[in-house]
Amino acid sequence: MEELYQAKAWELMEMLRRREVSAVEILHSVRGRVEAVEERVRSYITLTLGEAERAAREADEALAEGRDPGPAAGIPMAVKDVLCTKGVPTTCGSRILENYIPVYDATVVSRLRREGMTMVGKANMDEFAMGSSTENSAFGPTRNPWDLERVPGGSSGGSAAAVAAGEAIWALGSDTGGSIRQPASFCGLVGLKPTYGLVSRYGLVAFASSLDQVGPITRDVRDCALLLSLIAGHDLRDSTSLEVELPSYVEGLEGGIEGMKVGVPRELMQEGLTPGVRECVERCLSLFRELGAEVEETTLPHLDYALSAYYLIAPAEASSNLARYDGVRYGLRVEGEDMLEMYGKTRAAGFGAEVKRRIMLGTYALSAGYYEAYYGQAQKVRTLILGDFRRAFERYDVLVSPTSPTPAFRLGEKVEDPLAMYLSDVCTIPVNLAGIPAISIPCGLEDGLPVGLQIMGKVLDEATLLRVARAMEEAIGFRERPPAGRGVG
Amino acid sequence: MMDGYEAVIGLEIHAELKTRSKMFCSCDASFGGEPNTKTCPVCLGLPGVLPVLNRRAVELAVRLALALNCRIAERCIFHRKNYFYPDMPKNYQISQYDLPLGLGGHLDLETEEGPFRVGITRVHLEEDTGKTVHMSESGRIHGSEYSLEDFNRAGVPLLEIVTEPDIRTPEQARLFMQELKSIMEHLEVSDCKMEEGSLRCDANVSLRPRGSSGMGVKTEIKNMNSFRALYRALDYEISRQREILENGGEVVQETRHWDADANVTTPLRTKEYAYDYRYFPEPDLVPLELDREFIEEVRSSLPELPAERRRRFREEYGLPAHDAALLSSSKAMGDYFESAVAAGAPPKAASNWMLGEISAYLNARGLEIGDLKVTPDRLAELIDLVEKGTVSVTMAKSVLEEMLESGRRPREVVEERGMAQISDRAELERLVEEVLEENPKVVEDYRKGKEKALGFLVGQVMRRTKGRANPQMVSEILAHRLGEGN
Repeated sequence: MEELYQAKAWELMEMLRRREVSAVEILHSVRGRVEAVEERVRSYITLTLGEAERAAREADEALAEGRDPGPAAGIPMAVKDVLCTKGVPTTCGSRILENYIPVYDATVVSRLRREGMTMVGKANMDEFAMGSSTENSAFGPTRNPWDLERVPGGSSGGSAAAVAAGEAIWALGSDTGGSIRQPASFCGLVGLKPTYGLVSRYGLVAFASSLDQVGPITRDVRDCALLLSLIAGHDLRDSTSLEVELPSYVEGLEGGIEGMKVGVPRELMQEGLTPGVRECVERCLSLFRELGAEVEETTLPHLDYALSAYYLIAPAEASSNLARYDGVRYGLRVEGEDMLEMYGKTRAAGFGAEVKRRIMLGTYALSAGYYEAYYGQAQKVRTLILGDFRRAFERYDVLVSPTSPTPAFRLGEKVEDPLAMYLSDVCTIPVNLAGIPAISIPCGLEDGLPVGLQIMGKVLDEATLLRVARAMEEAIGFRERPPAGRGVG
Repeated sequence: MMDGYEAVIGLEIHAELKTRSKMFCSCDASFGGEPNTKTCPVCLGLPGVLPVLNRRAVELAVRLALALNCRIAERCIFHRKNYFYPDMPKNYQISQYDLPLGLGGHLDLETEEGPFRVGITRVHLEEDTGKTVHMSESGRIHGSEYSLEDFNRAGVPLLEIVTEPDIRTPEQARLFMQELKSIMEHLEVSDCKMEEGSLRCDANVSLRPRGSSGMGVKTEIKNMNSFRALYRALDYEISRQREILENGGEVVQETRHWDADANVTTPLRTKEYAYDYRYFPEPDLVPLELDREFIEEVRSSLPELPAERRRRFREEYGLPAHDAALLSSSKAMGDYFESAVAAGAPPKAASNWMLGEISAYLNARGLEIGDLKVTPDRLAELIDLVEKGTVSVTMAKSVLEEMLESGRRPREVVEERGMAQISDRAELERLVEEVLEENPKVVEDYRKGKEKALGFLVGQVMRRTKGRANPQMVSEILAHRLGEGN
């Protein structure tokens, strides 16, 4: 029999409502798992088991009284430490916010609280969401539950590892260039980056404002649809949030994909793909055909420039977004002889190497005399990429690619080579630049490590995206779990 | 005065908008309050917060831009201006850059030398910073052990108005600022209190040989906190630059600080101000799109502006240009005048009192017309007492003095003091007889042709009545009475 900590959220929701299990039992199962594996996996920066216990008890009380405590009630959740949680430290994986306790909840957090959220803890991440391996966390790396010598991906590596290791049932991540999808892919999970503007960014500590989105990391597509419907929707506090009527993401899930048109951008199937990844994706293309979809290779020529454009735009915005961490009002302060010295010492001690690298890159890209050649040019490339996607979606319902060119790599393997690390996001970055939604689902193993299939959809067409993902999930039939021995199975 | 050189001056003005809430959050935008009580996560720049634009601020900005004859951009965007300063919570200011809200306007001024036009380069919206209090004896950063921050003002909406370098003299600069302030008051977009910092002005100043169309090296002057400071700082800076140029030197491009106590401008350390602001479009806000309908709606709701009011004061009330200009120099002044006229005061008389005694009183005490205890209808009542001959002009002045202090009704003051003028013919004739009897020698002098003697006799009557006798009637009766004897 399966342990409770291994169940899907929707299964637990049903069991809770049938009174076959209590929220406290579920939480205790997950807590036991945390006690057993957290020391090795290190998914969390802050554990909030006390708060979770209270939420679970409230859920049980409500159920006992015949009230519905909300869909999120009693389902242990990991929240990436980049989302503000009132009264609970929110560090962004950085020394500079090590002792920072927000006075307000992010909009997604307050929405989930209203639905009964049972939060296990704040998940580890690359500092300020900058990285692809969670090795850039100031509080030490998280390990991949499938192979403890390997990274869980990043920057939402803690969220993905927690769900994969059974330390949470589902999780929230954030995705600026692939930070939900790539760790989901590395950990054999489902991860969705919604359309830019579908989910409120209020309370999501900004990395690159025009690219950041909050999204779910879950064990299957149904959970993903459920969690998305709990966090999506217009927010007056976020001017970039879209005012749209939300469809039901769950109802259409089983609709199938017969007659759909699937495009495969040539640019995302080029060099750097490991043989296993290529094989898995190609098998998926056959499955698409078997399910009655039409599959065609296509081209989005400007995707070749996406990585370059991204590494100008994202650092430029980051250099400005991170300027507020100066030691004046909150967070770390290292005293100096005068104000400028205090700024310098605080930021030197508070930020890690990758964050500093990106602040410098971004500052340079925005500097007088360089703006047009770098930031300005990158924005033009972004417009061209958007045009490529728009044209492609006139012909195709979805586009597919690998999520990452490789499965999870070893800890330390790319730490010294930022460019190699950046290439890990080559397939996911164009999606953020275009603002479209994309999902990663597990589609096989290479040498015992999960491989992810990325499905990209039209703006605000998450419903179709999830339907396609659900059909493929069924066809792929990925049932593998982290192994014992090198992993934490 | 300027010898071979002329000054080229451009102004950059910041005015806090009169909105209830701040520019990007719902905090109270009013002045003052205990430090850091009018703050929230957004205006404190806490991690994760986002700005939401205040609609009212946009409306007020459009109002002013229209009044300054600007073209309103139907689509404008906000930029981030990046620089580190402890009073700026995000270490960037949300401002506008190459796509401001208003472009290419002008403001026409009337000067003694004739009409004068100052081009308006741009009008844009931005957020204000907080306030740094340096804990040193001088209040300046030098020598202070530590500094404190008050973020009550952080995020208050600001309008920035930049002029073309069309201004040539300190007097023109002062006139421009007065007119701009008056326009903003009429539009009710800003409180325009220079002393509270809700209206601030910086100037770019350079000199060039008269007749040349080139541009000299300019300096930027900051910290001019009143119209007087603006005038004196510009005057000083022009002399300073002229002296340098006349001695064959070169003006250094720099930012200078006006020191009102020492009456000089001093350079600020250039290092502190050598910023590259790294402007880029604010990704947390969407472009601001103003449709024509909205702009026209604002345009049609614009109130009468000072220039129009001046013209109307001349035409409708027959006032001289000088009076019309002074009375419409502030909205409150013009409103006061019109209320007095509505209460029955003849316009020219109301103007004389306001620009004479009342202005003198306000200036001497550094008060504004709004502080006046005398209401417009009471001024009208006083004028009426004079017109009807109840009190003489001299007495009315004394009554006004009392009114300015107490705000009481003039009739009350007059009655209480028994000040009413004696215009009763029989009584005056009786008084004249007494005076004539007591001064036979003077009467004789007069009859010998010594005209001055009449004045003396009038004076005697006035003395007996403690000035209450109607002087015209007294002279008339005296002249008549003395004429009889011939």
